[in-house]
Amino acid sequence: MNNIESFILSTLSATVRAGTPLLFAVLGTIFTERSGVMNLGLEGFMLIGAIGGFVASYQTSSLLAAILVAMLAGAILGLVHAFFTVTLRVNQIVSGLAITMLGTGLSGLWGKDYIGVIAKRFEPIKIPVLSEIPYIGQILFSHDLLVYISFILVPLMWLFIYKTRPGLTLRAVGESPDAADAKGINVFAVRYFYTILGGSITAIGGAYLSLAYNSMWIENMTAGRGWIAIALVLFATWDPAKALIGAYLFGGITALGLRLQAVGAHISPDFLKMLPYLLTIAVLFFTSTDTLKRKVGAPASLGVPYSREERT
Amino acid sequence: MAELPVLEMRNITKAFPGILANDSISLDLRKGEVHALLGENGAGKTTLMNILFGIYKPDKGDILMEGQRISISSPHNALKYGIGMVQQHFTVVPSFTVAENVVLGLKEMGFFVKTKTVESSIKKLGESYDLPVNPRARVWTLSVGEKQRIEILKLLYTGAKIIILDEPTAVLTPQETEVLFKAIRKLVSEGSSVIFISHKLDEVLQISDRVTVLRGGRFVGTEEIGSIDRRSLVRMMVGRDVLLDFDKPKTEPGKIVLEVEKLTVKNDKNLEAVRDLSLNIRSGEILGIAGVAGNGQRELAEAIYGLRKPIRGTVRLNDKKLGSSDIAQRIEEGVAFIPQDRRALATCPSLSITENMFMKNAHSNYIPQSPFNVNIRAMQKATEELVRSYSISTPSTKTPSRFLSGGNLQKLVLARELSTKPCLIIAEHPTRGLDIGAMEFVYRTLLAHKERGAAVLLLAGELYEIFRLSDRVAVIYEGEIMGYTPPDPKFTEEIGFMMAGSRQGEIA
Amino acid sequence: MRMKIEKRLTVPKYSSILVPILSVAVALFLMGIILLIFFFGREGNLSIAFRETLEAYKEMLTWPFANKYGIFSTLMRMVPLAFVGLGLSFAYRMKIWNIGGEGQLYMGALAATWGALYLFKDVTSPVLMILLISILGAAAGGIWALIPALMKAFAKTDEIVVTLMLNYVAIFWVDYLVYGPWKDPKGYGFPGTAPFPDQARLATLFNGEFHIGFFIAVALAILLYYVYKRTRWGMNSKIVGDNAQAARYSGISIIKYTIIALVVSGAIAGLGGAVQMMGIQHRLQHGFSPGYGYTAIIVAWLAKLNPIAILLVAFLFGGLLVGNDQLQMFYKLPMALISVFQGLVLFSLLGGEAIARYRLRVSREEAVTNE
Repeated sequence: MNNIESFILSTLSATVRAGTPLLFAVLGTIFTERSGVMNLGLEGFMLIGAIGGFVASYQTSSLLAAILVAMLAGAILGLVHAFFTVTLRVNQIVSGLAITMLGTGLSGLWGKDYIGVIAKRFEPIKIPVLSEIPYIGQILFSHDLLVYISFILVPLMWLFIYKTRPGLTLRAVGESPDAADAKGINVFAVRYFYTILGGSITAIGGAYLSLAYNSMWIENMTAGRGWIAIALVLFATWDPAKALIGAYLFGGITALGLRLQAVGAHISPDFLKMLPYLLTIAVLFFTSTDTLKRKVGAPASLGVPYSREERT
Repeated sequence: MAELPVLEMRNITKAFPGILANDSISLDLRKGEVHALLGENGAGKTTLMNILFGIYKPDKGDILMEGQRISISSPHNALKYGIGMVQQHFTVVPSFTVAENVVLGLKEMGFFVKTKTVESSIKKLGESYDLPVNPRARVWTLSVGEKQRIEILKLLYTGAKIIILDEPTAVLTPQETEVLFKAIRKLVSEGSSVIFISHKLDEVLQISDRVTVLRGGRFVGTEEIGSIDRRSLVRMMVGRDVLLDFDKPKTEPGKIVLEVEKLTVKNDKNLEAVRDLSLNIRSGEILGIAGVAGNGQRELAEAIYGLRKPIRGTVRLNDKKLGSSDIAQRIEEGVAFIPQDRRALATCPSLSITENMFMKNAHSNYIPQSPFNVNIRAMQKATEELVRSYSISTPSTKTPSRFLSGGNLQKLVLARELSTKPCLIIAEHPTRGLDIGAMEFVYRTLLAHKERGAAVLLLAGELYEIFRLSDRVAVIYEGEIMGYTPPDPKFTEEIGFMMAGSRQGEIA
Repeated sequence: MRMKIEKRLTVPKYSSILVPILSVAVALFLMGIILLIFFFGREGNLSIAFRETLEAYKEMLTWPFANKYGIFSTLMRMVPLAFVGLGLSFAYRMKIWNIGGEGQLYMGALAATWGALYLFKDVTSPVLMILLISILGAAAGGIWALIPALMKAFAKTDEIVVTLMLNYVAIFWVDYLVYGPWKDPKGYGFPGTAPFPDQARLATLFNGEFHIGFFIAVALAILLYYVYKRTRWGMNSKIVGDNAQAARYSGISIIKYTIIALVVSGAIAGLGGAVQMMGIQHRLQHGFSPGYGYTAIIVAWLAKLNPIAILLVAFLFGGLLVGNDQLQMFYKLPMALISVFQGLVLFSLLGGEAIARYRLRVSREEAVTNE
């Protein structure tokens, strides 16, 4: 029956859209954490990106400006986080929490006058030829520009991290900052760079929510996606390819929940809302039992501040 | 022949909060020489070399290379000058391959990593210096000796001509040490210069051309190896004649206290580190286990103490079987553990001396307490007494333990573990990182408790220490006991073979 | 003469009080700047913005403490902050980062409502009712924390995200009940349950402005202070928090301590939720907590996990929350402002502690001698 077919197709298509903000957030955080800096402030980064992008879009009607402003906002917040964690060497968990509160609060403050306002949004672009492919065309090639950028970002990051010399440097700083330092690599500079870069990529994820997915600004619109992204980084074991799987897995749950509700299934909407969060708990649990067994690790220096004089 | 020294350090001074690590030290290095830097732990050798390698900046003093004043701002900078250091704790990325480690940070490599070219050039370099390596191996799989060779190769790859080795033989068997010394001689014959940091007199006498002695942060003297003897070197190192041997109290061993039967234990990498091992120790007896680090000593100690669950086998204390992970039971029954890593395992850095002293009190009940009232005052008083009797140097009993020096921290651990008069003492490298005074204190204390009737399991790397303290010597290799010898230096060669894998009885 | 910035050996005692106080001061100052920018953005005139900022400051800092109504509001806001803050301190001592205070609070409130309206509805004695509801609330919070506790103890799952996810689940669960099966039929569509019977309400003083939940919180703080200082749990949990390896080495069961820490932490927060229902809310509603569980994290940190200090800091933050409400009403400032403030406080605290580790040394050319 065509009803079921179109239900599945539209759910899968929505999966991609729902997973995209998560994907950006996870990819950005992979950069940050691979350099050894733990980032728990994703909610803050996403929200500041969401409001920054939205305000810029409203004020300039330029989507390019919107993305740039979002990235800038994320970069500034990343700079703050880097300053506290890399230079001042404070507890990275607390710094992440503080970023969350600051980012959430600042975005709420900034966005006060933009509630209910309409700004230029990212419209879906059907890619010629590819979008005509039955089924796959609708699921993959009929989305907006940011989705396509996220598609490309995954393999680019993968190549960068594993196949290039700067990627080797990044991995070394995260695994063994002593060894990197002894080779003349400036550990602080690398960590600053990737925390800022990672923060701006994460912010794009937030901008996606306000400029494409929801196409509006609502206070706290990330609704915990930042925290889910943290769990997904663990699930993906800091690998961009696995990040894709994780992001779409969660996107799928969200999309399915919304569609079931729309179709009038007799499931409480509150329970459907709980699903992504419950799934995150399950993912964390199974990832940690897996880690126990296989000892697949985080970047070895994750969360530990680096100090040259204190190492001997 | 008067020739400009290839490197000169003049009046180097470096202070840290509370400590003057280097006090106006001068040193010169000739081309093609092996120059030993000798001194006790804490004499300032590593600090001085860290300055040369750019990790620290000197507060005062100059460094000259071939007569020209230079300033070394970082390890990278040092490498540019041709100075490289192989540290005690290897700076390799364990999950990378050998090639990736060598190539790390080299900008000349370009954007993409050309793995094949790098691998073949590393292989060639290794062969030319008698340091064979497999460039595609992942570093965490390599043995300690191989890791060390990689460190040296890394330096040679970037053209280092001055190589600093910091206590390189601490982790090698006698045979591996020979391989290293051969490589050093080859290096030097090709025109490099080597600075060899050590606190081991015999090696210094064996490998070096000249030796500089440091003591307490100060420069004592530089001598040609041909013109000095062991006794004078000791006097330079310690400032007095040390009674390096004193009498071991003779006790009649009593009944069996510790009985280990067919113990098999896995290590963190899930490989068997202890294999089917059995041993026993009687009261009043010290059993010394000799072996190169990494052959199962830590896993054995942890299994006996209950920190690591064995796969098979039993541990019995005074004929009572011990629960495999029941540390509380062991503390109650009188088992003491002095682990190698006292900061990571045996003490709490932010807690006070008193709190550390009575960390185990809930089970040892040295100061009787109830769950609702811990009796802090009594603990404080007892701590003050113990600090006095063990001569622990600290501003107060409320000081956090992380501010204690290595020697004093070890005294704290000893005071805690031994004040309850345990029947079994497991001592793992108990004098690691201590100066001679503290070492003697540890030896005296352990021997006193042996006299009292405790059974002692001593795990140490220095044969010297094993001979000093033990009644029997066992050699461990890959988790098995290879054989037993009496504690006499004339068995050193046999022990060396056992440490490298031959069973007693197979040695010709 | 030389100036050098060097690391201190020991951090002086006074800094552990000075730093938190300065952090709050710095955060207030920074928030003033943000307010200034905000008002400027709205009014377009710098001097008007400046005036409005000063007025807002005055309102926010004095109203909650300067008049009777303000003080009572502050004290009542202090109670849930104190409960959750005390609960969190129990886990934070062991460096177990329970971020689930908000969810545990909600679960305690949920359970209290269940008790008051359904399970215990036939109980007539107020003392018994309140006791039963308190136990139920604490149990609910404890069970809610048991989930991450078991995961952490046996699978080493990190507790931060798990406890946080459970916050969302708890809030949605309450929503489900409040809009669904427990909705008050006489409520005129207002999203809340039926009101609590009289015997399930805490006694009040001062004409109903103040409920005795305050005294329960104070008693709890004193109890915890004693527990931390003098009991075996207090000493051992300190060891686990400082060096878990050393704790194992000392025969302390990390599994047991981890589970107890999280469960008790959740139970205290749950008790706070129950007290909030019995003392002030008298019915379960959507969004009854303006983020107490998250603000309590800052409270616990600022107070350095000291139970008595937690009471004081909770009082301070209670006042700030009340002040924030005033600002929202009169200056149309968004609730998000308090989040900004909290973030600034945390950063100031972190920065302050980092700076306290160093000192400026002005020295003549003498070197420090060896010990």
